[in-house]
Amino acid sequence: MSEPVKIAPPLTDAVIEKLRAGDKVLITGVIYTARDAAHKRLIALLDEGRALPFDIKGQFIYYVGPTPAKPGAVIGSAGPTTSGRMDAYTPRLIELGLKGMIGKGQRSQEVLDATKKHKAVYMAAVGGAAALIARSIKKAEVIAYDDLGPEAIRRLEVVDFPAIVVNDAFGGDLFEEGVKKYRRVG
Amino acid sequence: MRKVSAEEITKTVRALCISAACDLEPDVVAAVKAAAGSEESPLGKEVLEQIINNFEIAGREHLPMCQDTGIAVFFVEIGREVQLESSLEEAINEGVRQGYKDGYLRKSVCHPLKRTNTGDNTPAIVHTTLVEGDKIKIKIAPKGAGSENMSRLKMLKPAEGVEGIKSFVIETVSVGGGNPCPPIVVGVGVGGSFDKSALLAKKALLRPVGTPNPDNEFDALEKELLNSINALGIGPMGFGGTTTALAVHIETYPCHIASLPVAVNIQCHADRHKEATI
Ligand code: SF4
Repeated sequence: MSEPVKIAPPLTDAVIEKLRAGDKVLITGVIYTARDAAHKRLIALLDEGRALPFDIKGQFIYYVGPTPAKPGAVIGSAGPTTSGRMDAYTPRLIELGLKGMIGKGQRSQEVLDATKKHKAVYMAAVGGAAALIARSIKKAEVIAYDDLGPEAIRRLEVVDFPAIVVNDAFGGDLFEEGVKKYRRVG
Repeated sequence: MRKVSAEEITKTVRALCISAACDLEPDVVAAVKAAAGSEESPLGKEVLEQIINNFEIAGREHLPMCQDTGIAVFFVEIGREVQLESSLEEAINEGVRQGYKDGYLRKSVCHPLKRTNTGDNTPAIVHTTLVEGDKIKIKIAPKGAGSENMSRLKMLKPAEGVEGIKSFVIETVSVGGGNPCPPIVVGVGVGGSFDKSALLAKKALLRPVGTPNPDNEFDALEKELLNSINALGIGPMGFGGTTTALAVHIETYPCHIASLPVAVNIQCHADRHKEATI
């Protein structure tokens, strides 16, 4: 297997253009968390013409709802959730400059079109590998919607957070290509 | 009659919630390890190794293996000679409340429409059966939504028969793709009524992975389905590969002459189940 590509948000178009479906990446820096309930509120803010709780340009959103941190721990277990639930909200955030998304499972055509048009990438982390992934999270702070509990927006500082590029900015799709390669039926 | 107190049930359930979330049962660990050995895709193999590594960290450090610690589903067998001193459901819910709080597990239960979190992961889903004896056997199978959401049920026409069952199972796995965190275990309920088939599919998931179906005919069908599913190429996490499912388990029940219900309950690799006897 090829070596992982190291990246550090905020991402520029130049970095995005180097990433291809199937690449392993290690992310170091700040990423933000949000699930469906938080996305719904972000879109409501935009509808009202108000600012988002963080500057989204060049940033990553990680779709995760962690377990509560044990005393002395930074965060609990923190693996990806199903990205498809965010599909309805995502294209608008990509238009505003969101560059990366991390989750698991397939995205809608609208999301894929937006990643191509505005140069963004969709990555997957290994679903269920939540205790392992949590080790790369060095700091976690709730920055909005504390009332949502596990679904609050958190600012995470990560070191070598492991992910795999699923959809690159050129239409490459690991799910499609990978499955085609190993499919043994009609 | 043997009296069993609410405290005893609560204490047992509390411990089951925590251990189910952190310590994977050996049957599942063995199945994922075997899959890592046979997986043909290098990326798929790496994913399986990450999953194994994660189980080990979770077990060793007593952390939930997955952040989705699920809705708590219980199968309880109550001996006829047991006298319960309180409501079984209340005692179980109290155990869930304590286990999810004390074990730092995620509370993932909410109002279906308002979406307000109940705050303590209750109510649990409790299925009970009466059996002989003076013991209570409690099985917990906490269920994450990623795989539960990819489950489906269909009322087939009897004429569709076994071919109809096969194509519905395979179609369900295909539609799920990488969403339910493959490698998965596929529970299939065939027969009964609309509700019974779903329960059969869920019960099928309780059978230890790697044990054969006692009925030869269904054992052959399970193996055939497993091969067809793994030929789909979905692979670990949907990245492509030869391991999409670890096992297919089928449970059956007689049904109405005019119907053929089939339910498919998808279980992710975080296939958590534990049991205790009081
Ligand atoms: S499908 Fe299973 S392994 Fe994946 S996130 Fe949900 S509970 Fe965890």
